[in-house]
Amino acid sequence: MTTNMKVEEKRLQKTKISGASMLIEALKAEKVEVIFGYPGGAVLPIYDKLYDSGVFHVLTRHEQGAIHAAEGYARIAGKPGVVIATSGPGATNIVTGLTDAMIDSIPLVVFTGQVASHVIGSDAFQEADVVGITMPITKHNYQVRDINELPKIIKEAFHIATTGRPGPVLIDIPKDITVCEAEFDYEQEVKLPGYQPTIRPNHLQIRKLVEAVSQAKKPVILAGAGVLHANAADELKQYAEQQHIPVIHTLLGLGGFPADHPLFLGMAGMHGTYTANMALYECDLLINIGARFDDRVTGNLKYFAPKATVAHIDIDPAEIGKNVPTQIPVVGDAKEALKELIHQEGRPGDTAAWHEQLKKWKQEYPLVYKNDTSTIKPQKLIELLYELTGGEAIVTTDVGQHQMWAAQYYKFTKPHRWVTSGGLGTMGFGLPAAIGAQLAEPKATVVSIVGDAGFQMTLQELSVIHELNLPIKVVIVNNQSLGMVRQWQELFYEKRYSHSLIPNQPDFIKLAEAYNIKGFRAKNEEEAVRVLKEAFSTNEPVLLDFHVTADENVYPMVAPGKGLHEMVGVKL
Amino acid sequence: MKRIITMTVNNRPGVLNRITGLFTKRHYNIESITVGHTETEGVSRMTFVINVEDERTAEQITKQLNKQIDVLKVTDITDQAIVARELALIKVAVNPNLRNEVYTLIEPFRASIVDVSRESLVVQVTGESDKVEALIDLLRPYGIKEIARTGTTAFTRGSQKSAASNKTAFII
Ligand SMILES: Cc1ncc(C[n+]2csc(CCOP(=O)(O)OP(=O)(O)O)c2C)c(N)n1
Repeated sequence: MTTNMKVEEKRLQKTKISGASMLIEALKAEKVEVIFGYPGGAVLPIYDKLYDSGVFHVLTRHEQGAIHAAEGYARIAGKPGVVIATSGPGATNIVTGLTDAMIDSIPLVVFTGQVASHVIGSDAFQEADVVGITMPITKHNYQVRDINELPKIIKEAFHIATTGRPGPVLIDIPKDITVCEAEFDYEQEVKLPGYQPTIRPNHLQIRKLVEAVSQAKKPVILAGAGVLHANAADELKQYAEQQHIPVIHTLLGLGGFPADHPLFLGMAGMHGTYTANMALYECDLLINIGARFDDRVTGNLKYFAPKATVAHIDIDPAEIGKNVPTQIPVVGDAKEALKELIHQEGRPGDTAAWHEQLKKWKQEYPLVYKNDTSTIKPQKLIELLYELTGGEAIVTTDVGQHQMWAAQYYKFTKPHRWVTSGGLGTMGFGLPAAIGAQLAEPKATVVSIVGDAGFQMTLQELSVIHELNLPIKVVIVNNQSLGMVRQWQELFYEKRYSHSLIPNQPDFIKLAEAYNIKGFRAKNEEEAVRVLKEAFSTNEPVLLDFHVTADENVYPMVAPGKGLHEMVGVKL
Repeated sequence: MKRIITMTVNNRPGVLNRITGLFTKRHYNIESITVGHTETEGVSRMTFVINVEDERTAEQITKQLNKQIDVLKVTDITDQAIVARELALIKVAVNPNLRNEVYTLIEPFRASIVDVSRESLVVQVTGESDKVEALIDLLRPYGIKEIARTGTTAFTRGSQKSAASNKTAFII
C-alpha cells in the first residue's frame, strides 16, 4: 500500500457523525456548562441528541426567558451564554434578547432551527428569514448550507462572540443539516481575515494621554462596561489611585470601581449623582474607558463636557468619535491600555483644587429621599437589601424606576455583581437574567429586583426557579403602576396618566404559591425589615411583594434634551 | 458631500444585504452601489457613492463597515488619485433626420451608438459620473426615453505621488 492510500483510508475510517451530534460535541469542546432552550420541530434531532448527552440544558418557559437567562449567565460567568430555539416563532421570540445582547455587548452563541434546505424560500411551516431578521442585531450570523462547514462555523461563532467587543452570534441550522452526517474536525484554526480586533493600544496615543493627564487640573474617568468585559477592575483602581483621578460609572459599568472608594463620584447621566454630572460638565480632561457615550449618559451633547479634552479608550474603533469629538483616541482592550498607562507612571497634574470642589459637591448634594416608615420608600428598600446582603449579592434588575434606585442605592464594591439591561432597557429581563446568574454562581446570593409590571412580562420563569430550586430572592417593587412611565407623565404630560396605572395587580403571593414558591408581602418598613430577614435566612427561592410609595419619583433627573448640569430634584 | 468608498468583501450569501442593511439602519444615503468579482476567488469588490453631511459621518461609515466580519478592507478613496468609471445607456427619441446631429454631438464623449430603431437610438457612454451627466444634459433636448446607469466603480491609481494633479476631474 502506498502512503497516500493509507492516509486516504484513515480519512474514510474517521467516523462520520450527524450535524446534531456535531453541535453537542462542539459544545463539549467549548466547555459549555449550561444551555438554555426550548424545543420544536426543526430542532428535534438536536434535542434527541441532547437527551443522553450529559449536556446540562435548562428548559425555560419562553424563548425570551432562555436568552435573557443566557445573558445573565454570560455577565456573571464571563463566558458565552448558549441558547437553542426552534425555527419560526421560536427564533422570533429571541429577537428582543439578541438586540439586548448586541447593544450591551454580551457574548452569546445562539442556535436556531430552520426548515429543511430544500423548502427554504417556500414559506414552509414555521419558516422565518431568521438570518435576515437578525442581521442588524447580531455581531455576526450564519446559515449552515453544508454539513462539512458546521464545525468551522460553530468554532468561529464562539470566537467572534467572545473576542474584541463581545456580542451575540447566531447560527441558523436547517433541519436536514442536523441529520446528515460528515466528519467532525474541531481542531482547525479560526481564520477570519476580516476580523482582527486591536488589543494592544497605540503607544503614541498612550503617551499623549499621559501628557494630557499631567497637564490636567480637572481630570475625570468615565468607566463603562468595557472595564468589566476586559476584567480590568483592579487595573482601573490602580490607575485611578496612581494618578489620583476621580471615577464616574455608567449604569452598565457599576462595580468596575468600588462605590465606597473616596475617588468614586457615582453614576453619570439621567439619574446620576450631582457630583458625577457636574464633574462631567466642569472637567478639563475626560478619560472614557469602555463606555459608548450613550445619550442617557451624556444628556444634550451640546453641553456635554464642553471644556474638556476627550480621551476615549475602546476596543471598538467605531465608538470613538461617534457621539463626542475625541482628541485622544485609544483603540484597544481596557486592561491592556490601563496596564500600559500604569506602567508609564506619568506625573499627575495639579488637581488639589478640583478634589476640594468634588468633596464639597459630594457633601452638599448626596442622593436624598424623604423616608416614611409608615410605608416603604423604594430607596429605603434598596438600602435595606444592601445592608442585609453586605453589598455582596448579585443584583439583577428589570427596567424602570426600581432599576434606577437599585443603581443609585446598592453600592457595588466588586465587579460582576450587577446585571441590568442598559442600552435596550428591556422589561422582562430581570427575572430570567437572575436564573442565568445563579447558575453561573450557585453559591452566590442572587437578588432580582423587578417592577410589578416588568415582572409580568417573563414571570413564567418562576417555574424554572422552583424546578431547579434556585435560591433567588425575587423582590417586586410594587408601585401598582408602570412607574417610570407614570413619572414622565407626571413631569412632562401634565399628570395625564395614560395607561400607566394598574391598581388591580394580581395577588403576587398566590401567584408564587401556584409556582410552589414561598411568598411574603410587606406594606410598611417594619414589615419589610421582617420579611427580608426571613427571606434571606432560607436557602430557597422566595418572592417578596413590597408595596412601596406609589408616587415616588427617581431623582435627581436630567430631563430629556437638557444638559447634565441642568439636573432637577437635587435637593429635597 | 459626496464620498466614494470601495471595499473588498467575502463573496458569501447575504453580504450585500448586510452592507445595505447597515446603511439603512444608520440613515446613510447611498447614491450608487456596484458589485463584482475581483482577481481573487471568493472576494468581491464593492464601490459605494454616498452623500454625507460631514467628514465625521464618512468616518463613521467606514468604521461601521469595517466591523462587518465579511468585510475585508474598506477605503474612503475620495481624496486619493483614483480611476472612477460608470457606464450609462441612454435611449434618445431621434428620428432619422436628426441622427447625424446626435452622432456629432456624442463624438467628443467617445460614446457610441449601440442600437438604432426608426424613432430612437441607444447611446452608450463610459466615464466619470460628471461626464455621463454632461452628455445626458446635452441629449435631453432631443427627448430621453430611458436611462440605465451602472453607478460608479472605482479604484486607486497605481501612482499616488502627486495626487492632486493626477486627479483630472474630467477625462474625455
Ligand atoms: C418591553 C418594554 N416595553 C415598554 C418599555 C417602556 N417602559 C420603560 S419603564 C416602564 C415601566 C416599568 O414599570 P415597572 O416594571 O412596574 O417598573 P417601575 O418603573 O414601576 O419600577 C415601561 C413601560 C420598556 N422599557 N420595555
